[in-house]
Amino acid sequence: MTFQAKTFPVTRAQVEDFLFYEASLLDNWKLNEWQELLTEDACYYVPPNDDLEGSHRNTLFIIADDRERIRQRVIRVLDPNCHAEHPRSRLSRIVGNVRITEQDGDILTVWANFVVHRYRRNERLGEYVGHYRYLLKLDGDSFRIKERRAYLKSHELGSLGSVSFIL
Amino acid sequence: MADPRSFVVDDTQKGIFLLDREALVSEQVLRDEVKNVFAKCWIYVGHGSELKKNGDFQTRRVAGRPVIFVRDQQGQVRCHFNTCRHRGAIVCNDRSGNVRRFNCVYHGWIYGNDGSLQRVPGDEAYTEAFDQKSLALKGPARFEEYRDFWFMNLDPNAQPLTEYLGKATDYIDLVIDQSPSGKMEVLPGTQEYDVSANWKLMVENSVDDYHLPSTHSTWLNFMANSGVKVEPPKAKDQVLPTRGWAIELGNGHFTTDNVNFRGRPVAKWIPLYGPEAEGEIAAIRAELVERLGEERATRVADTNRNLVIFPNLVINDGSSVTIRTFYPDGPAKMHVTAWALGPVEESENARARRLDAFLTFYGPGGFATPDDVEALEMVQQGLANWEDDRWSEMSRGMGREGEQLNSDEHHLRIFWRKWNAMMTGAAK
Repeated sequence: MTFQAKTFPVTRAQVEDFLFYEASLLDNWKLNEWQELLTEDACYYVPPNDDLEGSHRNTLFIIADDRERIRQRVIRVLDPNCHAEHPRSRLSRIVGNVRITEQDGDILTVWANFVVHRYRRNERLGEYVGHYRYLLKLDGDSFRIKERRAYLKSHELGSLGSVSFIL
Repeated sequence: MADPRSFVVDDTQKGIFLLDREALVSEQVLRDEVKNVFAKCWIYVGHGSELKKNGDFQTRRVAGRPVIFVRDQQGQVRCHFNTCRHRGAIVCNDRSGNVRRFNCVYHGWIYGNDGSLQRVPGDEAYTEAFDQKSLALKGPARFEEYRDFWFMNLDPNAQPLTEYLGKATDYIDLVIDQSPSGKMEVLPGTQEYDVSANWKLMVENSVDDYHLPSTHSTWLNFMANSGVKVEPPKAKDQVLPTRGWAIELGNGHFTTDNVNFRGRPVAKWIPLYGPEAEGEIAAIRAELVERLGEERATRVADTNRNLVIFPNLVINDGSSVTIRTFYPDGPAKMHVTAWALGPVEESENARARRLDAFLTFYGPGGFATPDDVEALEMVQQGLANWEDDRWSEMSRGMGREGEQLNSDEHHLRIFWRKWNAMMTGAAK
């Protein structure tokens, strides 16, 4: 397969700016602001490590949220009674290798690599490594997230423990 | 007479039960329980549905042992130690797949999927004493199944599996009765999470209904936000909205058994499932009544049960069905593996609903499990003071006559009594 440059109505730099902005909201637990970046039918998926290509309709995922579930997840994790995130994880994510790969009408498919470093009280550093696949909806001179899928590359999730923050 | 090595103070007269916290922190205790518990009990390996075709295999660690769970060319389900008879390397490095042979990459010894040693490169270099037939992959001393749940036992003298399971089989049957054909399957996708806590804390947590209101208030909020108002209990001795029991099943097994208050894919609709699901859930329920009769159908559809098969298998039939097993990696750490189980004939929509319901509560991204994990890790951190704060207080419900409540600690005591007996040599 040879690489062929494609042209899109937006630049990679514009997409990167958007993803970096999203990363800063997630790292800083500004989850209500983050939700403003989502379309009303947005979904958020974390497939299981042993079946990355499966569908959440017939495969047990780690996370398979529709828009309402995302809303409920945010309510939950911001609640001080969400013990798994109290005190909150300190997060720092590096998003890189951003690529726009497809356009279908006003929907762009975007891939990126991530490394999310997570510190919790009494715990050593946790390192979540993988790829994001976004479906971004063109929205004026910005974007909205229609789908966000985080593929964890580790062979097993075990050592990473819970995914109680937004990955 | 109290055994001097007993880890529990079990004073039924006074109604006091205390657990020596050394049981949760000690390296020596872990070494002893590997020998006295894990090498003596039936340990869950896998479900037959994970091996659909001949040659299908799964590699995993069971009771710390790397094993290959495989269906051979004759269709026989087997369990081999994943250890080459030559120099000890694991012979299969893939997590799952389909093969006829396992090839050791080190010196090229080749085994059939039935475990037989089929090829030794350069076998002319051996004397006649070298007996290739005797060098099949080894396996656990015993390997038996109950309704496609396969267990191994390292003790050749162990009682048969079905005898060991005893009355627990009734509760396994109750889960399987969800399926019109009596066939359940493990669904694709495995959840794994390590918990920095002693493995026995997960046994307790899996059945401890006392903790639900305090540990899982955000889950209760979520349910309320989704149209499932969980009413606080009316009776004084109740912690949960419905009355539930803790039932001893013999051999250290036990279950909770309570009237459901939170929706069940089989077969109790709640608004969370969406209005479009109402008709299908009614039809699933009608099939249950038709097949099993009203009384049994009500048991299947309207009760939640968290079942512990001693020592480390949990089958929760609640928001969804989960099979969960865990094994220690040091006294303060365990690996947890969890699968979802569903009827083989389930429709696409019912399957999706089951999986969605699973994620509302269970797993590393669920709305409840991460808080359980946190609670167990907080226990383990607190236990660092064990030498000066030695006893865990587990007397809740000790004075209760007759039926025991799931929100008491009766069932936790069943576990600890059995465990203590095995550890101190008092077990029959």
